[in-house]
Amino acid sequence: MSEIPHLLVHEHDDNVGVVVVEGLTAGTDMLVCVTHDNSTFRLTAGADVPIGHKIALKDLKEGDTAMKYGEDIGKIIADVAKGEHLHTHNCKTKRW
Amino acid sequence: MSNYSNITIQGYRRENGRVGVRNHVLILPVDDISNAACEAVSNNVKGTLAVPHAYGRLQFGADLDLHFRTMIGAGSNPNVAAVVVIGIEPGWTKRIADGIRATGKPVAEFSIEQKGDFETIRQASWAAKEFVHLATEYQREECSINELWISTKCGESDTTTGLGSCPTVGNMYDKLLPEGITGFFGETSEITGAEHICQKRAINEEVGERWYKMWKAYQDDVIFAHQTDDLSDSQPTKGNIEGGLTTIEEKALGNLEKIGRTSKFIDILDAAEAPQSGNGLYFMDSSSAAAECVTLMAAGGAVIHTFPTGQGNVVGNPIVPVIKITANPRTVRTMGEHVDVDVSGILRREQTIDEAGDALIEMIRRTANGRNTAAEALGHREFSMTKLYRSA
Repeated sequence: MSEIPHLLVHEHDDNVGVVVVEGLTAGTDMLVCVTHDNSTFRLTAGADVPIGHKIALKDLKEGDTAMKYGEDIGKIIADVAKGEHLHTHNCKTKRW
Repeated sequence: MSNYSNITIQGYRRENGRVGVRNHVLILPVDDISNAACEAVSNNVKGTLAVPHAYGRLQFGADLDLHFRTMIGAGSNPNVAAVVVIGIEPGWTKRIADGIRATGKPVAEFSIEQKGDFETIRQASWAAKEFVHLATEYQREECSINELWISTKCGESDTTTGLGSCPTVGNMYDKLLPEGITGFFGETSEITGAEHICQKRAINEEVGERWYKMWKAYQDDVIFAHQTDDLSDSQPTKGNIEGGLTTIEEKALGNLEKIGRTSKFIDILDAAEAPQSGNGLYFMDSSSAAAECVTLMAAGGAVIHTFPTGQGNVVGNPIVPVIKITANPRTVRTMGEHVDVDVSGILRREQTIDEAGDALIEMIRRTANGRNTAAEALGHREFSMTKLYRSA
């Protein structure tokens, strides 16, 4: 891959990806790589998001399930738009 | 024959046949009030290692059993050549000394009552000095890599651990477990959210069911019995959240990447328990706190620990070299002195998991041969006991 990806996604079923570069700013035309098969697509960052934090790959509504590794990682507790930062302010565990 | 069958290391073969990669003369306190005497002996006799800790008085039941298992296991570890045990009174001191003696290694024991610190330190220093002369003449010899017992536990995890450093450890296990190494993973609370996957990684249904019962017991008897609020500041930790992990489920799925794609666990171990079912991968019922978990696995007999980190956990252990692996380029940039294996190339898609696994195996080989890890060079010697409940 000649261009370094901005966002990595584990599985095609996932609805979130992980920022893997420092200093990502809103409006960046991100290269997104799905690590399962190294396929790529592009997505515009909707916010400044720190390295390691997640970005929604599509519009998610309150009550939806966040998916990563092809698995349930928690519930959406506030609407989050495609390209926006997804973290503890809009996603919560279902366990405790 | 795979590429990994012929890897050899230079290790210390102990009296019981196990292979160690360090040659410590340990000064082991039975209890907290013997720490001062142990540290004095270690100060008198260069080349010895005191391991002070916080417990050992008025414990009882399962908690006391765990204390003895941890003490005896630490002293029995093949990275230890000989042990001086010091306790306040002779009863428990002898119990721990005899437990370590069963390995065949030299052990000397001393108790403080009716002697005082001065006389105990004088006698113990003579014994420690003899052990240093003995141990420093031990020679390394060629051993197969499959004789190593290698543990893993991750810490200050973030989303990069699930993408890079944990799959690197998993790849190592997928390659070396078939060669005959013994492996340890654990962190009972931190499987929450991936328990359905972990149970399926048992070698058979019977082991899987026992594993699930153990996991569920921790949820019911500890977490739900003692929780006063949502655990989201403890699991995931503040550091995990800073690193981008949002929920325990997300953290658990990344954690479980450490057992790779094909590896299966063959049995379950109680905390600090040594494997009895032969070569293979074991799940140890253990805390997810780094220093406690590494200490328990060292007591179980692991001689090298592989430690993936995201945000930069700096933990080390006095007995076992801890190899730090990170995929987070910010951690490499800001905390590089703690990193042994940099796999940040995985995030840039410049390095495959397969290549990263090979890089870790090479670092295991070098560490076994004597290379000091970052944690060893920086003096990280966290020896932390797990305590089950209040003492009597």
